[in-house]
Amino acid sequence: MTVLVAVALTVVALAGTAVVLADAPERQAVTLAVFGVTLVVLFVVLQAPDVALSELGIGTAIVPLMVMLTIRTMWKDRQQRERREDRRSEGDA
Amino acid sequence: MTRPARLIIFLLGGGVVAVAFVLATLDLPHFGSDHHPYRDLSVPAAVQHGTANVVSAVNFDQRAIDTFGEESILIASVVGAAALLRPSREETERRVPDLGRTLESTRLIGYVLLPITLVLGMDVVAHGGTTPGGGFQGGVILATGLHLLYVVGSYPALDRLRPVVPFEIADGAGAASFAVVGLIGLGSTGAFLGNFLPFGQFGQILSTGTVQVLSGVVGVEVVGGMVVLLSSFFEQEIAVRPEDR
Repeated sequence: MTVLVAVALTVVALAGTAVVLADAPERQAVTLAVFGVTLVVLFVVLQAPDVALSELGIGTAIVPLMVMLTIRTMWKDRQQRERREDRRSEGDA
Repeated sequence: MTRPARLIIFLLGGGVVAVAFVLATLDLPHFGSDHHPYRDLSVPAAVQHGTANVVSAVNFDQRAIDTFGEESILIASVVGAAALLRPSREETERRVPDLGRTLESTRLIGYVLLPITLVLGMDVVAHGGTTPGGGFQGGVILATGLHLLYVVGSYPALDRLRPVVPFEIADGAGAASFAVVGLIGLGSTGAFLGNFLPFGQFGQILSTGTVQVLSGVVGVEVVGGMVVLLSSFFEQEIAVRPEDR
């Protein structure tokens, strides 16, 4: 049991580091979901199925989805602004 | 602020938190030991109220007031996020064309898993008092399951099957019902959120008194809250276009 806990904790630490080291927010959203799965395994090993279920829903599905949607909305906004600026500079020329 | 200054402030703050954290946890029972004062109190209390899932007994019976606070936080943050994400005056909502560009296999898996996920979610909510899970977990599963419709490839289908208004009402009604159950408990047992229903047969679905009721009420609230939250994010991303100027 202790070995299992140690392995699960190590995997969580590795996945957490991977989230921090991912260079772009959209990559972080995906690694965050993987990190959530490793936490689920840790909670199951520590015999906390209730917490594992919550983490499975929130940490691996809802939060990465919200992060992805936010990033895409920001991209869209930036594209729109760039297009507007292009048009304006064309008008000047 | 310069980079070294920020680093110094972080190290000072981080150091204080680290020292305080270690000092705070020194007296905790050791990891993996047999000494569990909290277990020794909460397990008999849960069994006494016919609740097989001790975690639910803690959440909805022994410390239900904490859960009431958490549910209030949830509804407050959903309302806040929905208010922030509503289309502003410069933005216009548009009709979304049905873009059917999904892999056949993804579609198949989505359609197969949609009913399974919904039944699983309802099961987790309904058995909150007897098996792992409860209103919060089941509610999240239900809300996520509904959004499989989006993965399956059709935002219009999701939009049709998930009119937001009933879910807004569910969110508010769930939170209000929690308070109502608490007040009935106050009237009949003398304590807010007191367990006033018969405890029933240990392990049966209708045991646990108010635990199962509160779990269901929280399930309704969480489904409503999560769907409202995700739908406002989806609206911003898919249906809202900033106006061309």
